[in-house]
Amino acid sequence: MKNNRFRASLITIASALLCVLVGLVIGFLALVLLGYISLKGGSAPFTLGDVLSTAYNSGFKQVLLGGVYRLPRGLRNEIALAAPLIMTGLSVAFAFKTGLFNIGAAGQYAVGAFGALYCALIWNLPWYLCLLGAAVFGAVWGAIPGFFKAFFNINEVITAIMFNWIGLYGVNTLMYGGGSSPMYNLKTTKTWPVSAKSPASLIPDLKELGATYFQRPGTIAIFVAVVIAVILWVVLNKTTFGYELKACGYSKSAAKYAGINEKRNIILAMAISGALAGIGAGLYYLSGTAEWQPLVSTALPGIGFDGISVALLASSNPLGVIFSALFIAHISTGGGFMSANIFPPEIADVISGVIIYLCAFMMLFKRRIGGLFTRKENEGGKN
Amino acid sequence: MSDYVIEMLHITKTFPGIKANDDVTLQLKKGEIHALLGENGAGKSTLMSVLFGLYQPDSGEIRKEGKKVEINDPNDANALGIGMVHQHFKLVEVFSVLDNIILGAEDAKMGVLKKKKAREKVVALSEKYGLRVEPDALIEDISVGMQQRVEILKMLYRDNDILIFDEPTAVLTPQEIDELMEIMRNFAKEGKSILFITHKLNEIMAVADRCTVLRKGKYVGTVNIADTSKEELSRMMVGRNVSFEVEKKDITPGSVVLEVRDVTVPSKLHKKDVVKHVSFEVRAGEIVCLAGIEGNGQTEFVAALTGLDTMSHGRIRLNGKDITHYSIRERAKAGISHIPEDRHKHGLVLDYTLEENMVLQRYWEPAFQDGGFIKKGEVRRYAEKLIDQYDVRSGQGSITIARSMSGGNQQKAIVAREIDRGTDLLVAVQPTRGLDVGAIEYIHKQIVNVRDSRKAVLLVSLELDEVMNLSDRILVMYEGEIVGEFDPKHTTVQELGLYMAGARKQSEEADDDEK
Repeated sequence: MKNNRFRASLITIASALLCVLVGLVIGFLALVLLGYISLKGGSAPFTLGDVLSTAYNSGFKQVLLGGVYRLPRGLRNEIALAAPLIMTGLSVAFAFKTGLFNIGAAGQYAVGAFGALYCALIWNLPWYLCLLGAAVFGAVWGAIPGFFKAFFNINEVITAIMFNWIGLYGVNTLMYGGGSSPMYNLKTTKTWPVSAKSPASLIPDLKELGATYFQRPGTIAIFVAVVIAVILWVVLNKTTFGYELKACGYSKSAAKYAGINEKRNIILAMAISGALAGIGAGLYYLSGTAEWQPLVSTALPGIGFDGISVALLASSNPLGVIFSALFIAHISTGGGFMSANIFPPEIADVISGVIIYLCAFMMLFKRRIGGLFTRKENEGGKN
Repeated sequence: MSDYVIEMLHITKTFPGIKANDDVTLQLKKGEIHALLGENGAGKSTLMSVLFGLYQPDSGEIRKEGKKVEINDPNDANALGIGMVHQHFKLVEVFSVLDNIILGAEDAKMGVLKKKKAREKVVALSEKYGLRVEPDALIEDISVGMQQRVEILKMLYRDNDILIFDEPTAVLTPQEIDELMEIMRNFAKEGKSILFITHKLNEIMAVADRCTVLRKGKYVGTVNIADTSKEELSRMMVGRNVSFEVEKKDITPGSVVLEVRDVTVPSKLHKKDVVKHVSFEVRAGEIVCLAGIEGNGQTEFVAALTGLDTMSHGRIRLNGKDITHYSIRERAKAGISHIPEDRHKHGLVLDYTLEENMVLQRYWEPAFQDGGFIKKGEVRRYAEKLIDQYDVRSGQGSITIARSMSGGNQQKAIVAREIDRGTDLLVAVQPTRGLDVGAIEYIHKQIVNVRDSRKAVLLVSLELDEVMNLSDRILVMYEGEIVGEFDPKHTTVQELGLYMAGARKQSEEADDDEK
């Protein structure tokens, strides 16, 4: 009987891998096309082999290798990117599991960033309390659409989209404070670096391993994210709380019949979802590599929306999110290493976009692959 | 020219792990009402889905008027004049009646719908066959009975002349059933051929010309109704003799378990109340039945009783304790089990496994959780006990996804879960809806056992056979009021029918006398 569940997860993983494979093939074809255009622009004659080798050597290789292409810096960047991406992916995945679509991860991420930086720059709190601050801010921002959904049945997507923008500009305003905010550094037009104002708020380095391998240490952010993913998996699969949340997600009416307080669960689920996105921002902005730029942050943090892709690719499984976030981080880091004069770095986004698009067809693949398995089993039975 | 308008010859259809149809033959004559009889899971629905083009048979062929045809999808079926009323209606909830009827066969000019002619045709059909519908009402707002009439009109609108009815009477009242029978006879008289899927023998005896019986996917035989009996048919269907009577011990009811006083529930659709000042009591060791035509407030009353919905007025006491303002969970804890009317909507989380569903009302109990962590081992052990005890059949035992189970077994699982809680009050709403005789017999026995163990049972049923067989007292509900109280030993189905239809009402004084 165990076999059955094992097989189901195997099929899910196989279909995700299939999506990835097809996405990479289509990405390669796009690179070939771009390479052809670029070579045609030159005066030198060229062959098909030239086109293919340009596409591979100046673009596709980088995408495939990702951060490994430029060791050790690339890998360090990749992992640094993966940590917050895991968090926003978990944020969206957790909401999906409870039947909600948290498109507001971007806004919760921005508000969470404010929470983290405020705790760090103003109160000089240690890093774990700053992460907690980020979580609380994100949670509040997630809970609001949840509240509207639970009590007024307003679609959480609409509220969350609006709260994305309210959050982003609210954060910009607060951090800038007309230039006089204590968080804002007039000279750099960014928030003050956490390392300068409050070193204790920086996420600790991964000293031994990091220093020897990456030359400069990375942080333990990735481990924090992985631990949270595991905790989330346990909550969803092993606890009564997870049982209630999933019941609400599958069937609100049956959950109500079972005496589950579905209003409370919707708000809680959105709050937790928001907290996860907030922690993601904390992991990023407390790593000492980036500051918030209140004057030029006019677009929502893309990482919030990438979380949707990550969650879809992982079929909303918290453990799967770890791998899908690593993968998305891998190809987008690789995208940055492509020869910029031939290929725009956005090609990595195209590839991940194709992959995500294919994820929508995943159900179809699942059935096909499932069919393959059964057929094989049946044949086995005959022999 | 063949005698038969449709023939399905030697159809075999296999699903992973199960042979749903094994060499089944079904021949339908023009102008006849042909019943297809079998227990749940006997393969009736699969066979019809093959005919309707939803499944492709592994072997066998379908002939129309002697010519072999391929039916690859419902459009092919429709082109051959085959229409089907599904057991679970296929209607768009937020569309109007008219829109649902024309959906897929709509007339349009330059992409703009031409609804006027369609409306005329629908109104004409509805008048001709006595199929009352409100063309502009939304599906989600109308009764199940009317939804079914919409489904029938859908077939007529498409000029189908081979009509498949998949368990059409499961959702109807006695009077509505009579009406439907009459409608079916009219269809047959006009030369339409009818395939009538059911497991209700009375209806087959009343309306069908011939009957084909399936058992466990296999063809048992085809008989002329004129030459057979109910007993004969049930033996063919189940493979053994079935008793239609429920055996009940005589017991004197004990103390009052449920006391309902003056309960009023407002409607969600209009300003009027759907339940008006309802008062009654249920005692320990007694089965009280709320009978009535569907849509007379029973559903809303049960929702208010179990806490799914709020009431505007009145009190509910359980064992003397006022539970009027209790939440759903608090009521469950206080001692109410509830077999809900809609097993898909309320009774089960369809995407949960059977074992997860078995603890849906108890997962929070210390027996099944420890510090918020579910004790998986305990849950499985408990689920397997219930599965075994109540003979719930499924593909993979306790880890079967509830959605993949047959309706009868889903219902059994719910009955098992609710009865096993052993609460003082069992509220059973249509507990045997859509089930076959074997399963009905079984569930009836379980409900009587609950009563015999001196618990109180409130049964809500639309099936008069069930009402008469099971209850100790019958309350008839009409338009949100209780219009009469009866002792099943001293009343008849006909008398109940009159009260249910609102033609008669016991006066207030008479009501008081009986108390």
